Amino acid sequence: MAKHDLVGGSLWEQYSSKVTQRVINPSFMGDLTEEDAEKKGGKLIIADWGAEVCGDAVRLYWIVDPDTDIILDARFKTFGCGTAIASSDVMAEMCIGKTVDQVLEITNLDVERELRDEADKPAIPPQKMHCSVMAYDVLKKAASIYKGVDVSRLEEEDIVCQCARVSLKTIKDVIRLNDLKTVEDVIHYTKAGAFCKSCIRPGGHEPRKYYIENILREVRMEMEKEELSQHLEERDFSSMTLIQKHRAVEKVLDEVVRPILILDGGNVEVLDMKEHEGSTEVFLSYLGVCAGCPSGQTFTLKKIEDALQENLDSHIRVNIV
Amino acid sequence: MIGRIYLDNAATTGTDTEVLNEMLPYFMESFGNPSSIYSFSRDNRIALERSRGQVARAINAEPAEIYFTGGGTESDNWALKGAAFARRGSRGHIITTMIEHHAILHSAEFLAGMGYDVTYLPVDEEGRIDLKELEGAFREDTFLVSVMFANNEIGTIQPVSEIGRLCKKRNVLFHTDAVQAVGHIPIDVKAMHIDMLSLSAHKFHGPKGVGALFIRRGVKIENFIHGGGQEKGRRASTENVPGIVGLGKALEISIQRIGTESARQSMLRDRLIKGILETIPYARLNGPGEDGRLPNNVNFSFIGVEGETLILDLDEAGISASTGSACSSGSLDPSHVLLAIGLDHAHSHGSLRMTLGTCTSENDIDYVLDTLPAIISRRREMSPLWEDFLRNEKKVTI
Repeated sequence: MAKHDLVGGSLWEQYSSKVTQRVINPSFMGDLTEEDAEKKGGKLIIADWGAEVCGDAVRLYWIVDPDTDIILDARFKTFGCGTAIASSDVMAEMCIGKTVDQVLEITNLDVERELRDEADKPAIPPQKMHCSVMAYDVLKKAASIYKGVDVSRLEEEDIVCQCARVSLKTIKDVIRLNDLKTVEDVIHYTKAGAFCKSCIRPGGHEPRKYYIENILREVRMEMEKEELSQHLEERDFSSMTLIQKHRAVEKVLDEVVRPILILDGGNVEVLDMKEHEGSTEVFLSYLGVCAGCPSGQTFTLKKIEDALQENLDSHIRVNIV
Repeated sequence: MIGRIYLDNAATTGTDTEVLNEMLPYFMESFGNPSSIYSFSRDNRIALERSRGQVARAINAEPAEIYFTGGGTESDNWALKGAAFARRGSRGHIITTMIEHHAILHSAEFLAGMGYDVTYLPVDEEGRIDLKELEGAFREDTFLVSVMFANNEIGTIQPVSEIGRLCKKRNVLFHTDAVQAVGHIPIDVKAMHIDMLSLSAHKFHGPKGVGALFIRRGVKIENFIHGGGQEKGRRASTENVPGIVGLGKALEISIQRIGTESARQSMLRDRLIKGILETIPYARLNGPGEDGRLPNNVNFSFIGVEGETLILDLDEAGISASTGSACSSGSLDPSHVLLAIGLDHAHSHGSLRMTLGTCTSENDIDYVLDTLPAIISRRREMSPLWEDFLRNEKKVTI
């Protein structure tokens, strides 16, 4: 009986023995006071962090040497599950002896690695990674207090998945590089969303700024647009639909023909286009001075037809209406 | 350390020796298929009907109204989906509560996805529904009300007779998930106007994986498991004869001792509640006081203490209990029951459920009362919430 019979009992079986040990007997649990700081000749920093949705909270105490920025001592208090306690404990331990800038390099991923019994076996089950993020957040908060800057200044990039610390840029790049089409693919390739799942789509455990589902949709849309415009440029005129042909004709007219006609005070408009026995008939009408110009049916017509044939297809015939 | 103290009887119970002995012959001796016609199977058919009679007597139903299932969850699924599908295409409205077991909530969500309307009644701070609110929720097309008999987390007993009367008056089916109540408190489906009732054997010292659904004669619900003609063609699958025999026997024993056992457990429950309130400051009892609470249920929140670590500490001390804290379950969200009775996240994360059983002794309760206060105060010392809470308390008293 015992643990196996309890709701979610199997969850605990997935904790490493280091996690269990730290939950039962955390080594760095407690607080530090101004007196302690004075004795050690450092500055006392107290940082609070609360994970709003969970109701979890952590308080981190540091004594920092103001001359060297080295953290002389660290303690914590946590209201949270086993993972939150164990990761706070490791994080406090990892702080001691490092400078404030050095500890900013520590993430929840380092904390989790430190808690492993075996190098390739996770210390906690996937859904609990979420609970280790708090240890990272409070550390950043403490650093920001010490440095006297806003905590957001310390976040150098947009993080989509906090559990696995995957940035927006990484996710976008991976989708493009591997031509990923489903949310499952993105999770599989990046590990983003594989833990507490909040960042997959709205309505999860906690609200997020970015969601993988939306990012994927946006990137796919961008990729499709790019593909489409590339296709338009590369695609053979004869295989285009009539609308695409019309656009291509307009584009050539805009780029090659019209600038010259406009210089003379004229212009041209496309009235219609028809497919006829393998060739494309373009029906044009002159505007402005071109309308009465004698070369309209000869020289100018030839120039327009040449421009379209050279740029698009030799089977284009131009008719002036 | 003394032997392990098991205080999670609402999760499951151990099978009674007497029950097991009753079951054993049906594994290797009388193993015949009750559907076969030769005489060898006759014992099994008799055993099935004997068990059906035992279950019927326990809730004052007719034997023909008892259908054996694979457990409480299946019974709940059958009741809801069966009643919905019997409407043959015309959708309609179901009333249930916010504190049901997931077997009901997820079945209701599934039906909502198919176009049925579902109303989830809120509960008061003790976990009870308001009968006026139920009356107001009825619609022209309401065809089913499903309200649990007693809650698995906080032990609240619902006003079942009154609900039954309201449903009868409106000619609406009334189903109750009585998984936590059967064998623990008296139930009379006739007097209480219950049309369907789910029960599960392993909650009263029977085996796991077997339960029953009471369906009042005349109630039209669609069959749920299709296959052979077992259970009068309503629930296919070769009968789990040893399990069903165990179910009947376990329920018979529970009913025989229901008076003495519920009095004994209520006494232990109240001793535990009183002891905790006296020795642990700022302990909050979740669910009703003595009246209207299951005899075996104790549920507390300790401000500043998180449930999962509390369970781990108790486990180290040899006590098995459970928590409504999200952190001990697969999900990250706290118990829907505790949120429904108005607890904030901090309180719902610090909840501790201890559910007593026939094996729970006075010594067990004393051991818990000796052990728990130190665990709570140690965890509170580690908690920033507790520090803040005390600071605020002091401010208020000054």
